[in-house]
Amino acid sequence: MTRHLISSADLSRQDIEDILATAASMHDLQRREVKKVPTLRGRTVINFFFEDSTRTRSSFEIAGKWMSADTINLSAKGSSTSKGESLRDTAMTIDAMAVDALVIRHNASGACHQVAQWVRASVINAGDGTHEHPTQALLDAYTLRTRLDDLEGKHVVIVGDLTHSRVFRSNVITLKKLGARVTVVAPPTLMPSGIGTWSETDGFATSWDLDAVLTADEPVDAIMMLRVQKERMSGGYFPTAREYTVGYGLTRERLEALVRRNPGVLVLHPGPMNRGLEIAADAADAPQSVVLDQVSAGVAVRMAVLYHLLAGDDAASGPLTGSAATGALPASGALASALTTMEGGALR
Amino acid sequence: MSRLLIKGARLLGAEGADLLVEDGLIREVGRVDATGVDTTVDADGLVALPGLVDLHVHLREPGREDAETIATGSAAAAAGGFTAVFAMANTSPVTDTAEAAERVLDLGAACGLTQVVPVGAVTKGLEGVELAELGLMARSRARVRVFSDDGKCVHDARIMRRALEYIKPFGGVISQHAQDPRLADASACCHEGEVSGRLGLPGWPGIAEESIVARDVMLARHTGSRVHIAHVSTAASVEVIRWAKAQGIEVTAEVTPHHLALTTDLLTGYDPVYKVNPPLRPAEDVEALRQALVDGTIDAVATDHAPHARHDKEHAFVDAAFGMLGLETALPVVSELLVRPGLLDWAGVARVMSVNPARIGQLAGQGRPLAAGSPANLTLIDPDRAVTVDAATSRSRSRNNPWHGRTFTGAVVTTVHRGRVTHGTDHQLTPSTATENAL
Repeated sequence: MTRHLISSADLSRQDIEDILATAASMHDLQRREVKKVPTLRGRTVINFFFEDSTRTRSSFEIAGKWMSADTINLSAKGSSTSKGESLRDTAMTIDAMAVDALVIRHNASGACHQVAQWVRASVINAGDGTHEHPTQALLDAYTLRTRLDDLEGKHVVIVGDLTHSRVFRSNVITLKKLGARVTVVAPPTLMPSGIGTWSETDGFATSWDLDAVLTADEPVDAIMMLRVQKERMSGGYFPTAREYTVGYGLTRERLEALVRRNPGVLVLHPGPMNRGLEIAADAADAPQSVVLDQVSAGVAVRMAVLYHLLAGDDAASGPLTGSAATGALPASGALASALTTMEGGALR
Repeated sequence: MSRLLIKGARLLGAEGADLLVEDGLIREVGRVDATGVDTTVDADGLVALPGLVDLHVHLREPGREDAETIATGSAAAAAGGFTAVFAMANTSPVTDTAEAAERVLDLGAACGLTQVVPVGAVTKGLEGVELAELGLMARSRARVRVFSDDGKCVHDARIMRRALEYIKPFGGVISQHAQDPRLADASACCHEGEVSGRLGLPGWPGIAEESIVARDVMLARHTGSRVHIAHVSTAASVEVIRWAKAQGIEVTAEVTPHHLALTTDLLTGYDPVYKVNPPLRPAEDVEALRQALVDGTIDAVATDHAPHARHDKEHAFVDAAFGMLGLETALPVVSELLVRPGLLDWAGVARVMSVNPARIGQLAGQGRPLAAGSPANLTLIDPDRAVTVDAATSRSRSRNNPWHGRTFTGAVVTTVHRGRVTHGTDHQLTPSTATENAL
């Protein structure tokens, strides 16, 4: 596995399988009374957020703490001009404190990619501008796999502001690697430029017509609604919230029709939700909604990512990699001994 | 004044001849007796061109002397074979008055390495609202003829129209940075297409350039004035210019070496060294630009030499400064890209890198024939010498060099500016001309 996690493209299918298998072990921890394992004791993880975030930051923070890493949150104002400290100086300053991992959220696309060229620490992309958000794609894959088992041949529809969505960009990569079929839906103004050739190369479908996709012969196994930022309206991407909802919102009526055709369909949303805009409250709270499962999976997946990147040699050479493919817990290795220790402690 | 003999140079790549230079002028061309000559340059096998002229450089002085000065920029120009450079107005303060223009002129003359020609701003402070003192700049000692808000587009059609009308009495030209700010705002930094979509970078669509080019050629027709399109970057802009020229509209255009060579996919690694305005375009545009330069639709190669302090290029890609170095690499890039494949001969290079830019910028002493009586501005090129670009050895004060590590065949060996050697390697000069060489 790579030293950094910058793009979902950094992960092979096997890497994804390994992370998801480890995440399953981690997920079990969350249901226990004592949730902490000593795996990353003595390691330092900096959550460096240049952009506001509640859920992703707290998710990484909890993940680090349950792994016993020293986890520190830093906030900074991402510069929007060429003035102020350069990104390189900022990154080098933190790196000089000999941290092990930098979890970075930045308002500029590519910032994590750039930082990774400069620092010794492992860089984990927690969302860079309108580029990627690879741990979101992993937690979505985890959530889908929990309910749908294998994603091979499953059809996932992603709807919303694709142009500005890092969730879409990472998800389409990860879902394709896991064998899913993907259709992305947006009005033309919210379709990224070059989507025609891009979707052809990467093998996913595009549409401007949500209802056509939802009523086509091809069944829909999951629908992922993306957040639409209200400020996009002032940018002239679409006329009004009302019009957007009519065309692209998961309204109660749309969900009901969808469930009639696909009883097992899942509804995902990366949050935060604009209830009433891209997703009706009835849809957000419907039995098909797995929005809170996504949040819960987020911690487990981020623990797994920290484990694979930071427990380095143990993760690569230990039996975890091999056994993870079968979904079984490792018999030995750092994680296994950690879990054993924890269990022993809990028993006493 | 010393007598300089250049022996056996291939004039415009054709027959070999000697050039005797005295008092800043070419005195004799042909077979020249070496007696009484102070310095001899052995130019056997070298191509002699009229000194190169660059319509578009940023020398950063005054205001950002940490990135470049008129002295370091002049040294880079001389090393690149340039005997004249047009220094854009987007300094701090902006070159929007006669005094500011004269200061740039004087600083350039004091260096003496190349002719530094100030470009005047079209509007005060480059703000696009009120006309700058175009007439006073034209009447000043700097004799400003090229006006540009480069870095920004003169986007207000009414201001552009007035500027074109106003400069007619003194034969000025507006060099337009064609970028509709509503279609490509200040954050736009990647050609709008699949790469910008995948990378999540703000797109800079070709239409933002093309719509302004189309408007401005019509304004040039309407006013009967001259417009020059700076750093043309798309195939559709070329089509519009080709059409306008066919109509007899007074439009000229330049293209940069980087737009002739480098493509959008270089941005995949988010390295700000490839961030430039207008952005690097796809291969189809690059191909159209090469063709347009060869067929004369595009008149000139101009570098848009844009030095930046290291830290200004070490921000996140969208926040980093626009621009790349170009003065020292322009000729090698053109040689490799156009001369070696046979698309352009050396006379053609002289046309697009000296004669045409001198004509567009109205420099009487530049871009002249290599003949007795012409000012001795000339460039000697070794067409077979391979050069590997090393950013660390640049004469520029900055290091934002997109060509680092690339090898080109065709190198500037000697530059002569007003009869003085402003660039050259010791072994070619006999006897030692250490004092001149040090310049």
